[in-house]
Amino acid sequence: MTDRPHLAVIGAGPAGLAASLAAAARGIRVTLIDAGAMAGGQFYRGPAPGLGARRPQALHHQWRTGDRLARGLAGHVTAGTIEHLTDHHVWCVERQSDGFAVHALLGPEQERPVTVGVDAVLLATGGYEKVLPFPGWTLPGVVTAGGAQAMLKGSLVVPGRTAVVAGTGPLLLPVATGLAAAGVDVAALVESADPKALLRGTGDAKAFLERARALAAQPGKVAEGAQYAAQLVRHRVKVMARHTVVEAHGEERLDAVTVAALDGDGRVRPGTERRIPCDTLAVGHGMLPHTDLAESLGCRVDGLDVHVDEEQRTDVPGVWAAGETTGIGGSALSLAEGHIAGRSVAARLTGAEPDPREWAAVAKSRTRMREFFAALDTVYVPPAHWTEQVTDDTVVCRCEEVTGGEIRRAVGELGAGDVRTVKLLTRAGMGWCQGRMCEPAVAGLAGCAQTSARRLLARPVPLGVLARAEEDLAGAEEDLAGAVEDPDEPGGPGASEDD
Amino acid sequence: MNPLELVRAQPGPAFTVTLDGREIEALPGQSVAAALWTAGVTSWRSTRGAGRPRGVFCGIGVCFDCLVTVNDRPNQRACLVPVRPGDTIRTQEGTGHDD
Ligand SMILES: Cc1cc2nc3c(=O)[nH]c(=O)nc-3n(C[C@H](O)[C@H](O)[C@H](O)COP(=O)(O)OP(=O)(O)OC[C@H]3O[C@@H](n4cnc5c(N)ncnc54)[C@H](O)[C@@H]3O)c2cc1C
Ligand code: FES
Repeated sequence: MTDRPHLAVIGAGPAGLAASLAAAARGIRVTLIDAGAMAGGQFYRGPAPGLGARRPQALHHQWRTGDRLARGLAGHVTAGTIEHLTDHHVWCVERQSDGFAVHALLGPEQERPVTVGVDAVLLATGGYEKVLPFPGWTLPGVVTAGGAQAMLKGSLVVPGRTAVVAGTGPLLLPVATGLAAAGVDVAALVESADPKALLRGTGDAKAFLERARALAAQPGKVAEGAQYAAQLVRHRVKVMARHTVVEAHGEERLDAVTVAALDGDGRVRPGTERRIPCDTLAVGHGMLPHTDLAESLGCRVDGLDVHVDEEQRTDVPGVWAAGETTGIGGSALSLAEGHIAGRSVAARLTGAEPDPREWAAVAKSRTRMREFFAALDTVYVPPAHWTEQVTDDTVVCRCEEVTGGEIRRAVGELGAGDVRTVKLLTRAGMGWCQGRMCEPAVAGLAGCAQTSARRLLARPVPLGVLARAEEDLAGAEEDLAGAVEDPDEPGGPGASEDD
Repeated sequence: MNPLELVRAQPGPAFTVTLDGREIEALPGQSVAAALWTAGVTSWRSTRGAGRPRGVFCGIGVCFDCLVTVNDRPNQRACLVPVRPGDTIRTQEGTGHDD
């Protein structure tokens, strides 16, 4: 049993689950590693078992698929064909002469090191939300749209009584309807794009035709959108398209937001501002892929997405990638990519040339879903002139409290033309989150495109763990629990950022 | 309707934890952040520079805004750490070391 080829799947969301099931069913020994306590990732996040939810599907679209994946995983775990390591935060995957060493930190405190040696790796790390700054966005009560959803689905809690859901992108719909179903008064859904543009001839005729074709090929997705629209009506959620939040107000916590209409160029229309009282603002401007592990392995990254071929292989032999780490596209696309990746791994690790005809149907839906999301991407974009909302005293880097004014000075007076130089001059992006939260904003203010950040470590790692990684690799199975250092010591996160 | 009713939850028995010495109730399976939200608390940290209040932002362990001291360990991410009976939770200021 142990001489079967061994695959580590990192991430137990839709992509990682589909890949694990496909590979395990074909004789591969799979170790599925995830930071969370339960499988499911962002989309199939279920309530913690201690909460005893008898009708969890009330908060989920596609519950049946999630349930099927969970049961498939449970079957393989019982059979010993998949080992599921929960609460394991992977901070580095290291290439070795005979395979890979996956280094993880155990538990939410992320201190105890664990290393798994494998023949191949599949990166299914998904993504995280992008939020562009505006005055007041650091106030308690302002949360990311997905964060509100994650707290609701996982812990069955909501942050307040009256919410505004704002930003741009398809994620705002389930967030608004989810909060409303959970008893929150959703005062408005403020979308900076005009979703009707999906069906209209904005842009050139070719773009419109492509969009129309992509939508027509996904009737299910269009129907899903219609369902959300119906729920918004039922919960009396006011939808404000082509509007944006210009400011969040409050002293110690949020008590209102000001929203305003956008003109055709994506600028705030003067005089259209109005104030909406609320104690919660769930805001998001799209998603960004988690690519740190791929980058430290030396995988090619195109723009912000891990590059893969038709079989979901990266350009590093032995490393596959699937799901949102290879580009944002929703859970169904992640499932398709994961499935194909798992089958490719199963063939290649047993020395066979995979036959893509075997997964032709899945590959076809993968193509359609990519086209569908590309179509959405042309419409769901943040307001073109969002930087005009970032006042000089708006905090842009939440960790290091670097303001818009400081970044503008670095760019205007000191000549910084890229994110890295701004970071060196201002400390923006040097804090705990390693720049994940402020990078899109810093890039926007510096007037450059956001590129992949080349973080060397996917997680802040206690220095003690780094120092011991070598010994640990040698296979010493001593219990390091008592010897681990404080992760918050000044060198803790710093150790991971000075590349 | 609240979220627990929506999914017809029958949680295990509630237990007590403290926030800065004050007793609050928590449910098994919740994160520390969820327990604090349930108690109506949305901020539990002040920043190093301007001393501004912070709580949950990303909800999934990415942003590190929700740092809190749990059982004398500073800088724990409240959105990730499960709450346990008897936990001593403390709000933290600045780096979490100077209080
Ligand atoms: C907070 C949030 C909420 C969302 N809610 C919804 C929603 O309600 N509806 C919707 O349609 N879409 C939602 N999305 C979009 C969602 O990302 C996709 O629909 C889908 O989940 C992507 O699947 P995936 O398998 O590619 O990645 P994910 O589902 O993101 O799964 C990735 C998994 O990898 C794990 N992981 C990442 N890095 C590491 C590491 N270094 N070590 C260990 N584990 C790691 C994560 O814990 C996660 O479980 C949400 C996204 C976010 C960020
Ligand atoms: S809220 Fe972002 S890390 Fe906890």
